Amino acid sequence: MYEKDGQKYFVVDSHMHYWDASPENWVVGHEQYAKGWIECFHAYQSLGPPETHWSIEHFQKASEDDLMKDVFTDGYVDVAVFQPTYLKEWYTDGFNTTERNGALAEKHPGKFVVNTRWDPREGAAGLEQLEADVERWGSKGVKLYTAEWKDESRGWKLSDPEAYRYLAKSQELGIKNIHVHKGPTIWPLDKDAFDVSDVDHAATDFPELNFIVEHVGLPRIEDFCFMATQEPNVYAGLSVVTGALMHARPRFFAKVMGELLFWVGEDKMTFGSDYSIWEPKWQVEGLVDWNYPGEEFSDYPEVTTDTKKKILGLNAARLYDIEVPAELQIGAGAPAAQDDAALVEDSVGASV
Amino acid sequence: MTDAAQVLAALDAVRDPELDEPVTSLGFVASSTVSADGVASVHLRLPTYFCAPNFAFLMVADAYDAVSKLDGVRRTEVVLDDHFASDAINEGVAARSGFAESFDGYAAGELDELRADFVRKAVLAGTDRVCRPLLAAGKSAEDLAELTLGDAPPSPDRERLRSRRAELGLPSGDDSPLLVDTRSGAAVGVDALPLHLRRARLTRVGVEANTGVCRGQLKARYATIGQGQHEEDI
Repeated sequence: MYEKDGQKYFVVDSHMHYWDASPENWVVGHEQYAKGWIECFHAYQSLGPPETHWSIEHFQKASEDDLMKDVFTDGYVDVAVFQPTYLKEWYTDGFNTTERNGALAEKHPGKFVVNTRWDPREGAAGLEQLEADVERWGSKGVKLYTAEWKDESRGWKLSDPEAYRYLAKSQELGIKNIHVHKGPTIWPLDKDAFDVSDVDHAATDFPELNFIVEHVGLPRIEDFCFMATQEPNVYAGLSVVTGALMHARPRFFAKVMGELLFWVGEDKMTFGSDYSIWEPKWQVEGLVDWNYPGEEFSDYPEVTTDTKKKILGLNAARLYDIEVPAELQIGAGAPAAQDDAALVEDSVGASV
Repeated sequence: MTDAAQVLAALDAVRDPELDEPVTSLGFVASSTVSADGVASVHLRLPTYFCAPNFAFLMVADAYDAVSKLDGVRRTEVVLDDHFASDAINEGVAARSGFAESFDGYAAGELDELRADFVRKAVLAGTDRVCRPLLAAGKSAEDLAELTLGDAPPSPDRERLRSRRAELGLPSGDDSPLLVDTRSGAAVGVDALPLHLRRARLTRVGVEANTGVCRGQLKARYATIGQGQHEEDI
């Protein structure tokens, strides 16, 4: 919980990690990819305030104590959602697995939501593993990374028939939330790897599932927004948006927020720190203090205290059925997602 | 004889297809030299080890073409540094083989359509750059529907928009409509105009935000300024 100027904010960090990218965990023969991956993440951290930068050694593997302090003690987070990324082609025990996250969650009851993952290229065995993971960890969400390497394959799409089998299975197992991270898929190279049209297809065909597009589709914010405005069950995950832009490029941050508020709407935007790329503390403080920096932003939707309460925690709490203390609720109940989408769609036709 | 300044000037015309900015001002040119006997050597660098390989390929190939065309350049070598697909890209471009051949098994076709998709985005973003000042000066959306490209005040943004439209084969003369559909080239009607302008702004915001992230990543990765890059571009 974060308190500022008499207002109390319930904070759900809806996108964070507990990874091991230390050299001991690099797959022999694939060291350059393991090293390249974590160095790329580390460069992202440099876009946050200088006093929050870590050494590469610290960044490769934060300890349990680091995480609990950074996220909960210092970072104001009430509940954090683990989003696994396996990358077993590069990291021997995986980069950030359900088991590693789940073990930490079991030591700290009530603090974490443990999401799992799937990969449609794993066939029938993968479906069985998904069932076992959901049973073991009680997962209500999955994190999907479309650019993961597997054997000779260099990526996949949500609209693949195999992916549809997994989406159907997810729904059958009681999973509600599909977090999608579009990465630079390498197959097929002659198409745009960050294209989000596959999410559009899946969201239409699985209306009972929520699709939270992490990093709001970066680097294809425009494609994401235009798709999300037409799909009532598509959400904007703000991880990377706050981390990479709020400090380093505040004017672009304001414009991106304005576009998201216009096209997607404040009821479908969720805060995620992307820990341990960035710590939540400065992001939560910054978001609560934030407003548009000038007149030229006046035709974007207004940002209110309620907007921030929804984005920082209440929207994600609704997606994950997380109980929010009465004093941290907004007075009036939040409208259902379907109604919000209709409102956004109506406003698209409004004058410029 | 060709000098290094001419090589750099040639590279000014090579754009990152995704960001629609010259590779020089983005800081992607690590070095560029030309020897007395006409051998040009260019090293390119990118913000991350995992930057999309298709766009990387286009930049290396375009740089090769731009520098090779210079009078007095006898041989051209373009090398992409520090990228997971450096070898495939460098060898493919050096052998003048197409993209699909360089990434045998990983790509079904060439990159022309991909490139055109991003020029269409550049047209939308450019439309916002040209139209936003007009709207701020009090023009209504309806007013814009009546204007031609030549009616917009002369500016670098207008000429950039004109050149991107011409690349796609869209109407680009002074008498062509200011607002055109990026596929058909037809004038955007009054009814469709508010949404068209919204999308134009959204596209510009998306591309500019990406560019900001890329510049930040590059700066974190390399301590040095790129050749042809200016302090204000960092």
